[in-house]
Amino acid sequence: MEHSADEMMTVAAARELRDGEVCFVGIGLPSTAANLARGMHAPDVVLIYESGTIGSKPTRLPLSIGDGDLAETAESVVSVPEIFNYWLQGGRIDVGFLGAAQIDRAGNLNSTVIGSYDEPKVRLPGAGGAPEIAAHTRRVITIIRQSPRSFVPELDFKSSLGAEDQVVITDLGVLRRNGGELTLEALHPGVELDQAHEATGWELKVADDLRTTDPPTERELALLRELKER
Amino acid sequence: MAEITSLHDAVASLVRDGDTVALEGFTHLIPFAAGHEIVRQGRRDLELVRMTPDLIYDQLIGMGCARRLVFSWGGNPGVGSLHRLRDAVENGWPAPLELEEHSHAGMANRYAAGAARLPFAVMRGYTGTDLAPRTNVATVTCPFTGEELTAVPAMRPDVGIVHAQRADRRGNVQLWGIVGIQKEVILAADRSLVTVEEVVDELEPRPGAIVVPNWAVTAVAEAPRGAHPSYAHSYYDRDNDFYRAWDAIARDRDAFRGWMEEHVLWSTAPTR
Repeated sequence: MEHSADEMMTVAAARELRDGEVCFVGIGLPSTAANLARGMHAPDVVLIYESGTIGSKPTRLPLSIGDGDLAETAESVVSVPEIFNYWLQGGRIDVGFLGAAQIDRAGNLNSTVIGSYDEPKVRLPGAGGAPEIAAHTRRVITIIRQSPRSFVPELDFKSSLGAEDQVVITDLGVLRRNGGELTLEALHPGVELDQAHEATGWELKVADDLRTTDPPTERELALLRELKER
Repeated sequence: MAEITSLHDAVASLVRDGDTVALEGFTHLIPFAAGHEIVRQGRRDLELVRMTPDLIYDQLIGMGCARRLVFSWGGNPGVGSLHRLRDAVENGWPAPLELEEHSHAGMANRYAAGAARLPFAVMRGYTGTDLAPRTNVATVTCPFTGEELTAVPAMRPDVGIVHAQRADRRGNVQLWGIVGIQKEVILAADRSLVTVEEVVDELEPRPGAIVVPNWAVTAVAEAPRGAHPSYAHSYYDRDNDFYRAWDAIARDRDAFRGWMEEHVLWSTAPTR
């Protein structure tokens, strides 16, 4: 089945999530990938949204982190101070799923401004839950499209820090943080290594045993498209 | 003891020019009707506080009500930018907007400290980010272990405003679903206003609901559908189509003004 680069990115991100893990989910691509994982290989993944819903099993993809469906299908709904203090800071969450506008070679993320802080070219939404999600989960999965504008040598603003255990899924491939630096470990099918170098604003480290990502299966693609149509 | 009053009178008596005002509701139960009443009454120079400014603050900022914004995530959830917020920050339209920016965890702890009447809250956060030197946080040393921790100052708004599902005739408030930061805001503020879907004779118990007693609330005003396009669990769903449509309305200054005139300035608050 034909697939888009964004579909490959979402499928690759979903595969990173393991069954039974407890995952703090951001809205957009992270939520799509997490729900795809729940429908495929990880039926017992526990999805936590920052609005305080624990164990949500949304029937449709939510537009916001607080859609009613998330509360109705949750095992428990707690207050916002509780979700951040007892559950996230308390170390009870395995995986954080984050997006961003910019990333650097150490996996630090910018979701605050493009340009200077005081006179920004583009004012982005801001850090939200990211600084503490990156700091308090055991593993961080980052989804971000790879281009010279997003893979930058120096962030315009450091909203959250790279994590010891961090994997970055892009539309071109998969990078993992190794010894403090992102290393390209897989290219998606049809992507040339040159493309990954050109889309990266620093000299990209490449693994010796560079792999090719398995293309999306028919089941993965069918479920992803069905989720998006619901 | 909470006074049950009209939305017009509640805003007129509780919200003053120059106040620090927190209209909260974490995606759910956002007090849009109260925000619109603030716009209609032409309040100016406000310090607006909200974790997620959402469309409600896009509207207040675009209408020139705000001098300063304290927040942690300022986007249109799942859609993109808040264009009025961006226009104010990037171009100073309709007026420059000063920002104080936090993380969600930081804001949640600030409200919790405010509710507890403590001067600050302690957490692990902000460390190593560019937020830390840009915003109002500090480090403290734990007197027991010597660990360095982050301190965030208590948030004590002049006025806290939230929406809830219902109140009884004595002004006891009941809300359920995503309870967010509602209780903390009411307790952290000097004066509080709760708008409700309906005032009922008796509050039936509900699983997972919280009740805020009437003596902890300043005023209650009935505002049916007062959270729309946000939602009130068990009453109506989030209007996701409107959140998507707002992108085009807010992108253009004239389209925005036109929408606000038609839907906010020329309409009136519920009089009950």
